[in-house]
Amino acid sequence: MTDSSRDWPLYEIFIRARSGLDHKHVGSLHATDARMAIEHARDLYTRRQEGISIWAVRSGDIVASDPAEADELFEPARDKVYRHPTFYDIPDEVKTL
Amino acid sequence: MYTQGLDSLGKDCLRDETQDTGALERRFQARVDAEEKIEPKDWMPDAYRRTLVRQVSQHAHSEVVGMLPEGNWITRAPSLLRKAILIAKVQDEGGHGAYLYSATETLGVARDELIGQLLDGKAKYSSIFNYPTPTWADVGAIGWLVDGAAIMNQIPLCRCSYGPYARAMVRICKEESFHQRQGYEIMLRLVRGTPAQKDMAQQALNRWWWPSLMMFGPSDAESTHGAQSMRWKIKRFSNDELRQKFVDFTVPQARFLDLTVPDPELRWDEAAGHYRFGPIDWNEFDQVLKGHGPCNRERLEARRKAHEEGRWVREAAVAHAAKQAARESSRAA
Repeated sequence: MTDSSRDWPLYEIFIRARSGLDHKHVGSLHATDARMAIEHARDLYTRRQEGISIWAVRSGDIVASDPAEADELFEPARDKVYRHPTFYDIPDEVKTL
Repeated sequence: MYTQGLDSLGKDCLRDETQDTGALERRFQARVDAEEKIEPKDWMPDAYRRTLVRQVSQHAHSEVVGMLPEGNWITRAPSLLRKAILIAKVQDEGGHGAYLYSATETLGVARDELIGQLLDGKAKYSSIFNYPTPTWADVGAIGWLVDGAAIMNQIPLCRCSYGPYARAMVRICKEESFHQRQGYEIMLRLVRGTPAQKDMAQQALNRWWWPSLMMFGPSDAESTHGAQSMRWKIKRFSNDELRQKFVDFTVPQARFLDLTVPDPELRWDEAAGHYRFGPIDWNEFDQVLKGHGPCNRERLEARRKAHEEGRWVREAAVAHAAKQAARESSRAA
């Protein structure tokens, strides 16, 4: 069953639903080039007006953090509760703070 | 939905197999028990990965083969609107196949390999698509019953422990609702038409009722993968529970159409609050699964023909991309 569809690169697809919103990852697809990636993304992910803008990124070009290292990466933020506004006790009489 | 450079596995996945698998497995099960989602680069037991590859690829194949029984009605649908609706539905099914193949790719299996298995006749897909669609009413019955049963199966899968599969299912479920409603509306139009049209609707219900009940798979006593899949939270309800729910939902819908469910043993059990139904012919189910259903051969032949006839398009796309890339690089030089 080998044929020319083998090894078409994988693209990750990001869609902006409305102006004012971020592009959001919606899934992936195979395409021979960037233009086909955009056209297929249009057919696959916006059949019901789900978007007004598409980003396509080659999957291999995305650098991702390793879940096995999640503790080392994210643990340092855990005990820094003073970064949140709710950490500070302010008397009720003080307004607009 | 994604593989991560995205195209490599996490460190935990690459550890020596003999090392500490027990601890990894316990941590994995604890995460599943806590309703955390498992993502592509996370460590997972090999059997969990294999189970998902099997289930999600069979699901993808079912979507792809599922285009065929309805696709052959596109040119014969009774109005331009019905043609447009049917094209949209068939296009959705193709899209569902694509979302699901993407989900299997995050588990480390190439889409081409899976499609190859389907075309070689080695892969399973839902038995339901091996039944013929002789009349327009069959298109209505498929939307109402087959897509209805699919929704019943798929809604719990939106909470599946494997993130990419769960996310694909959320998208699919949103779209399936249109499929079911357009099917029921076709049936509604037919039963409100001439006596011949109403009879056509009844015949289609007769053909699709039992195969639809079989879509939920073997009874719990016979099901080989059920218990482990429940522990892994790939499955949330047993086959029999989902089948019962489908019958309970669907019988009143058939009544509203003034059609008769083709089961002489069907009765309302007041105490249990369920419809009781007659025995399912599992021999038929086994035969269809083994490739001896009414349309197994026809479906695979149609799939292979489409694949072959699309070959030149795929080749042209690759040639075009190569030419464009060469032009780009000569311009840059």
